[in-house]
Amino acid sequence: MSKVARSETQHPRRNLLNDPRVRGWLAQALVLMLLVIVAGYALYNIAHNLNKAGITTGFAFLSSPSGFDISQTLVDYSSRSTYADAFVVGILNTLLVSILGIVSSTILGFFLGIIRLSPNWLISKMAEAYTEIIRNIPLLLQILFWYLAILTPLPGPRLAMHFSDIAFLCNRGLQIPKPIFEPGFIATPVAFLGAVILSIFLFRWSKKRQLQTGRRFPDYSIAIALLVGMPLVAMMLTGFPLHWEMPVLSGFNFAGGITVLPELIALWLSLTLYSATFIGEYVRSGIMAVDKGQRDAAYALGHRPWMIYRLIVIPQAMRVVTPPLISQYLTLVKNSSLAVVIGYPDLIHVFAGTALNQSGQAVEIISITMAVYLIISLFISLIMNWYNKKYALRGL
Amino acid sequence: MSETWIPSPSLPSPKLDSGYAGWVKNNLFSTPGNLLLTLLSIALLVLTVPPLLRWGILDATWLGDSRGVCDEAAQGGSTGACWVFVKVRWGVFLYGFYPLVERWRVNFTFFVLAVALFPLFAPILLGTTKRKMVLYLLAAITVLFWLGPIPATFIACYLFAPFALDRLLQGKPFLELFGNQVVAVLTGIGSALLVGVISYYGIFLYLDEKAAGAIGLTALVLTLFLLFISRLTASGWHWVFLFTVYPVFAFFMLVGDIFGLPLVETHFWGGLFLTLVVAGSGMATALPIGILLALGRRSDLPVIKVLCVSFIEFVRGVPLVSVLFMASVMFPLFLPENVTFNKLLRALVGIAFFYAAYMAEVIRGGLQAIPKGQYEAAMALGWPYWKMMSLIIIPQTLRLVIPGLANNFLSLLKDTTLVAVIGLLDLLGVAKASMADKEWLGFTKEAYIFAAIVFWIFCFAISRYSVYLEKTYHPSHQ
Amino acid sequence: MNVFKTLAVASAVSVCMAGSAVASTLDAVKEKGYVNIGVSGKVIGFSAPDAQGKWTGLDVDFGRAVAAVIFNDPEKARFTPVAFKEAFTALQSGEIDILSRNTTWTYQRDTKLGIDFVGTIFYDGQGFMVKKSLGVTSAKDLNGASVCTQAGTTTELNLSDYFVSKGMAYKPVVYESADEATVIYDTGRCDVYTTDTSGLAARRSTLGNPKDNIILPEIISKEPLGPAVRQGDQQWSDIARWTLFAMINAEELGITSQNVDEMMKSKNPAIQRFLGVDTNYGEFMGLTADWAYRVIKHVGNYGEVYDRNVGPATVLGLERGVNALWTNGGIMYAPPIR
Repeated sequence: MSKVARSETQHPRRNLLNDPRVRGWLAQALVLMLLVIVAGYALYNIAHNLNKAGITTGFAFLSSPSGFDISQTLVDYSSRSTYADAFVVGILNTLLVSILGIVSSTILGFFLGIIRLSPNWLISKMAEAYTEIIRNIPLLLQILFWYLAILTPLPGPRLAMHFSDIAFLCNRGLQIPKPIFEPGFIATPVAFLGAVILSIFLFRWSKKRQLQTGRRFPDYSIAIALLVGMPLVAMMLTGFPLHWEMPVLSGFNFAGGITVLPELIALWLSLTLYSATFIGEYVRSGIMAVDKGQRDAAYALGHRPWMIYRLIVIPQAMRVVTPPLISQYLTLVKNSSLAVVIGYPDLIHVFAGTALNQSGQAVEIISITMAVYLIISLFISLIMNWYNKKYALRGL
Repeated sequence: MSETWIPSPSLPSPKLDSGYAGWVKNNLFSTPGNLLLTLLSIALLVLTVPPLLRWGILDATWLGDSRGVCDEAAQGGSTGACWVFVKVRWGVFLYGFYPLVERWRVNFTFFVLAVALFPLFAPILLGTTKRKMVLYLLAAITVLFWLGPIPATFIACYLFAPFALDRLLQGKPFLELFGNQVVAVLTGIGSALLVGVISYYGIFLYLDEKAAGAIGLTALVLTLFLLFISRLTASGWHWVFLFTVYPVFAFFMLVGDIFGLPLVETHFWGGLFLTLVVAGSGMATALPIGILLALGRRSDLPVIKVLCVSFIEFVRGVPLVSVLFMASVMFPLFLPENVTFNKLLRALVGIAFFYAAYMAEVIRGGLQAIPKGQYEAAMALGWPYWKMMSLIIIPQTLRLVIPGLANNFLSLLKDTTLVAVIGLLDLLGVAKASMADKEWLGFTKEAYIFAAIVFWIFCFAISRYSVYLEKTYHPSHQ
Repeated sequence: MNVFKTLAVASAVSVCMAGSAVASTLDAVKEKGYVNIGVSGKVIGFSAPDAQGKWTGLDVDFGRAVAAVIFNDPEKARFTPVAFKEAFTALQSGEIDILSRNTTWTYQRDTKLGIDFVGTIFYDGQGFMVKKSLGVTSAKDLNGASVCTQAGTTTELNLSDYFVSKGMAYKPVVYESADEATVIYDTGRCDVYTTDTSGLAARRSTLGNPKDNIILPEIISKEPLGPAVRQGDQQWSDIARWTLFAMINAEELGITSQNVDEMMKSKNPAIQRFLGVDTNYGEFMGLTADWAYRVIKHVGNYGEVYDRNVGPATVLGLERGVNALWTNGGIMYAPPIR
């Protein structure tokens, strides 16, 4: 772009346009100008279009009543609640399915990754076949398949499949008993918290002791005993201040208990099955990245295979596995937005769908929705940076 | 007394450690735990595979052309799949609601693409120029008999032009034809403009005004490339053609409304055809934008760097669904009155920019891996930035990041299903729509499994192809 | 450097091609050579393509009438299916010229969204459809039911209002599109499907066993469905409005597509004015004198269009009811043409 015209300088100096720094600043100024023009034009158009359409801009609509109902609300919500409440309900539903999906896909993914490296040929091939099949099929298709081909064709509530009258599965979802807490129950979580704190101290102490004396303390088993035992004892002492509300068929639907919506099941299931294949691959490559000598050395020291995995392989593999694992979690959170196709009331469905159409505030609502996802992803990358700083191999 | 030590002959390897039996023992039954795992997996296989095979193949209804066949089979106690459902709507699954008589246009467009891509994607199968020539000639003849002389002329020009241009320019960079570079550049631009204007008016006067702008612009761009990128190889020319001529050709072929082709509006497009259009054009636009973004992110110019970084991080932080919603609901508000964008185009733009950000990250990884010496050598030769990048750095980078690009393309292909969310009827959308057909209610499983198989074949093929490419092109394998 | 040049030329050319905005919608439509009608696309009786891809329905016929008024050719109407979510944006941005998508005329839409409703083509009301096997005969028995509906519609709001006012509970199951909601209702995921009664009738005909479903007698809302145009072009809005009124007036005057040519010789001054025999009322809207004649000749009067698409003889089987002319006990009424 320098060949536009020769500058008419008399000096014998070299042409300014040939100075890379000058050219750089010129190019930047051009790009910036172009951007400002385009953005300004778009903003002008938005303002003009909205003004002509008579749409009031701003976030005042958030405090007006929404007028619609939502099928799954983790906090109190009714049609008289505000748009802001609907927004909160949407975020919570997104977080619910994301957290459920992260937990279950991590478990399944680690399982897959480990058995793919199993010496047992058959089981490792089966894991490979599963991985290759599931991850080459679009997630959206899998969600729809589970929802429309498996869950909604289930029998209705009156013919629900039941599991000894405690849980019921039908096309309205999974009905499970709901715990009702009575006064005095607070002792149980307090006891659990105490057990957690105690276990932490126990681990510290046993590690110190091992470093000093070389003797191992059965810390894991005692910690588990504490974590289970203390809440149990607390509950017994307070006289089991808890009872279960059973789901009972009444009229059209089940009343009482907790209803796990079929939309939630379909989404959770497919997010788990799909993400687990990727996590499995990360785990596999992480384990393979651990030098074989490490394992051989541990064998030579007489460790048992399970201990080798726990003490030698997994801790080293985690360094390799964690960064892609965390970005897979981020992907999972973003993928949960596919909820919109099966009507699971997540942020996109409730807020960028229903609320957007009811209020007409397209610009505001889409911006808020994107901001929420951006904040979530920023948060997750902060965790990742923290982890990398803490655990990355240093100065080898 | 000395004793001679005579080594006893070495024992044969234990029977149970060699041959099939040994393999089975070592890999399946080596320890009790292993035995248990094997038995469990066999049980799992027995529980899942035979019922699936029976449902999908053995008990399935394959023959016939109406729902009655399947209902009869079901009444006869068969519980298998009804593939007649897929057979009856085969055309819809492939083309959506593209008018029946116009479907050859879709076929032809994809045929041209296949012919154009073949030498680029399987160079080993072709090898010599002579073999290429023979293949192209065959393709042109096929088209001649299949579709007539005009498409045949077109495809012949399309295929043989690279060779002709290659011959014409060999070893003679345009810029060096004249003594003075400024004269060369001015001549080049002048002649490019001339070619553009002539083709514009040629089309405008004799054929159709709608095509004139696009074709004139294409001719102009091509001439610019021809004159200023000296010593392009034949495959380079293929790429240039693919990115400039082919889109224009495909656009007019598929949309129509000129050259006597009837208009087919985009809301008739659908099925696998639409899926491939979205994936193909998404990839073709996302890659160049991604390269620019990656270069921008590594640039020394602060403004450009900040812009690129914020764009990339913004896009990577939000889900594609929200970008598509933005494209369908918010984007029209950015435009002045009476200027509208087709819905499909909006979705394409959304997908292209979304994936460009991901491409940029992959390419950035590759750029970081290029040794500094490569940059320094190019700079020492006094090459300007764009020449250095396009001829030295980017080609090496692309080779390095083939697996990452292929992964992105896989995700892109799978994510094309999301256009169903904004109401476009891609393969999944068509499958969903066909389930609502009154005549064929209740074949949900068949529709989804068919779509899943099609997607699986494409995705699996791409992942294998990327492994092959990595082996062929990755420096560590050469 | 050549990259920059190419980009500059490309953008210059594309800007030239994209320019040339036209002020009046009528002129723009005439220049285009067709009028673009946004329809819902899948509601039988209102707008749906048949097996040959030809559009039929009440909303579609209105679009054809507008095309006839402008071009004297009903085939100059092009139909674009728009999802409910994008319908208003599509109209505001000029992607479509007229929205004829069985859309309810409400205060907020008319005043707040930058569109103008031009009249009512079908008086509707929201109702409920249930499976016969449930044994429900009245909406008052629906306490605790799961209800399928479409996201972002007035239906969703009316539903909530109704159940709150009756002190009943319900479980909403909300989908992005009405097609999806129908398919899911048919699987039994919901006990009830709710939308406008015309929509219920149309949707019922697409279910697996239409006869197993009944529409409950309660009508819980007013849903005047009508075409809409962009706000701000009074001439265009007049054309759409009076095309609709012409169809209604023609039925009142007894002019049909069969007898319209004989009616040209009628001595009735109202009919003469209507057909523009010796007046040129069309010019006030930038049209020709025979504008109303064209509507009736090519498309027919309101009664004909109604009977052809949604009337008792069709799959929908809807009686005229409130949609009968005011002279026949209904509320369909159009201002006189004079």
